Amino acid sequence: MRLTVNGREHEIASAPLTALLHVLREELEITSPKAGCQQGGCGTCTVLVDGEPRRSCLTPVVMVDGAAITTLEGLGEAEELSAVQAAFHNKYAAQCGFCTPGMVVAATALIERKGGAVDRDDVLEALGGHYCRCTGYVKIVDAVMAASRGDVEAVADLPTPGESEPDVLVKGSPA
Amino acid sequence: MAAEALVPSSAAEAVQLFGDGKDITVFAGGTILMPEIAAGRLKPARTLLLHRSGLDELRIDGDVIRIGATVPVAALVDGSNELLARFAQEIGDREVRAAATVGGNICATAGLGAQRGDLGAPLIALGARVRSDGKGGERTEPVEDFLAGDRSGRLVLEIEVDAPKGAWSAQTLRRRHAHSYSVANVAICSNGDGLRVGVSGIGPAAVRARTVEQSRNAEDVLKDVDPVDDALASAAYRQKMLVVLTQRALDEVGKA
Repeated sequence: MRLTVNGREHEIASAPLTALLHVLREELEITSPKAGCQQGGCGTCTVLVDGEPRRSCLTPVVMVDGAAITTLEGLGEAEELSAVQAAFHNKYAAQCGFCTPGMVVAATALIERKGGAVDRDDVLEALGGHYCRCTGYVKIVDAVMAASRGDVEAVADLPTPGESEPDVLVKGSPA
Repeated sequence: MAAEALVPSSAAEAVQLFGDGKDITVFAGGTILMPEIAAGRLKPARTLLLHRSGLDELRIDGDVIRIGATVPVAALVDGSNELLARFAQEIGDREVRAAATVGGNICATAGLGAQRGDLGAPLIALGARVRSDGKGGERTEPVEDFLAGDRSGRLVLEIEVDAPKGAWSAQTLRRRHAHSYSVANVAICSNGDGLRVGVSGIGPAAVRARTVEQSRNAEDVLKDVDPVDDALASAAYRQKMLVVLTQRALDEVGKA
C-alpha cells in the first residue's frame, strides 16, 4: 500500500485493517491526529483524504490505498501559519490543544468547500462532531469565521522549535 | 493465521467472495466496525471490503432512486428524496455521514439492544426494495422482509426506493449529541389509498407497523413493535414516546 502524506510518498507496512490514525502516528510518526475516543465520536483524529475531512480512526488504511492525506502538519509551517492556524492563534481558540488538529483540518476543508466567508451555522454544521472538552467553542467558531473572511494577522511571536525543546514522543500515547 | 482482507473490484467478485456469508465480515464504511476492532471486541479473520466493488452508484430512474449498497449516507442528505434526507441528516456528523453507507445502515446489527440503523423507518414507509445476493442466489424483496430475515447470509447490492407519492411525516427522537443513536423513529407515507408506517431505533431491526396502518390509532404501534432497554433509553420510555411520535406523524399526514 502507498500513501502520499503532506506531499511525501510512503510505502505502508501496517496490516490492511490498521486505522489510518495509527499508521500516521506509529508507522509514520506524524502525531497531530490525536488518538481520542477512537470510536469516531470526538473529531480530533480528523485528516483530509483527497481533500475531504475524514475520521482517521474509522478508516482502515487499505481503504485509502493510493490517496493523498493532509494532516495539520501539511497546512502550514511554524514560520508561516495557514489562515486558520493564524486565526486560532489570534483569537485564542486553543486551550489544551488536544482537539485543535481536528478542528483546524475540518475548518480548513469547510472554507475550501464554501470558497469564501462562512457564517456561524456553517461552522456549527462542519464542526458539529468535534468536541472541545475545555469548552472553548465560542473562540473556535470566531476564529473559523475570521479565517474565512481573511481577517487574520500575521503571527510573529511563536516560539520556534529549537534544541532546548524536549523530545517527547511516546508511541501510541494520546499526547 | 494472518487476517485476510479481501478487496473485490466488481460487484460480481464481491458476491463470489461473499458466498453464503459464513465466516466473513462485510466491511462497508467502517463507522460501526472500526470502533469494535479498535476496542478488541471484533477480530475478523476474513474481511470483505466493498469500497472498490462499484456498489457506490446512485441512479435516478424517473421516480425511482437506485441506491448502491456503499453510497454514503451523506449523498441522501442533499438528495431529491426529502423523507430520506430528513433522517439521513440526523445521522452522526459530516465526517461520519461521508463514511457511513446506506447498505451498512440497514445491515447495522444491534448495538446495546437497539438497532443502529435509522434509515429503516423511512425506507419501510416509502416501500423500498432491497436487492441482495448470497445463499440461494440474488433476490429483491421489500425492505421489511429483508430486515425480518437472517441478514447475516445476505450481501446487499442495491436499494430501490420511490419518491413519496403523497403526504409524509418524519418523527425522530434522539439526544442532542452528534454521535448518539436514535431513541425512536417513526416515518409515515400516505399513498392515496393507504398508509405505510415504519419504525426504527427501538429493537433489533426496523419494523413495519401494519396494525397502525389499518387502525390509524397511535397506541396500536405497541401491537407491532416491542421496544427494548438499552443505554440510550428504557423500554418503558420508548413505549411512551413511540405513541407520541406516531400520533404526531398521523396528525401531520392527516392534515396535509
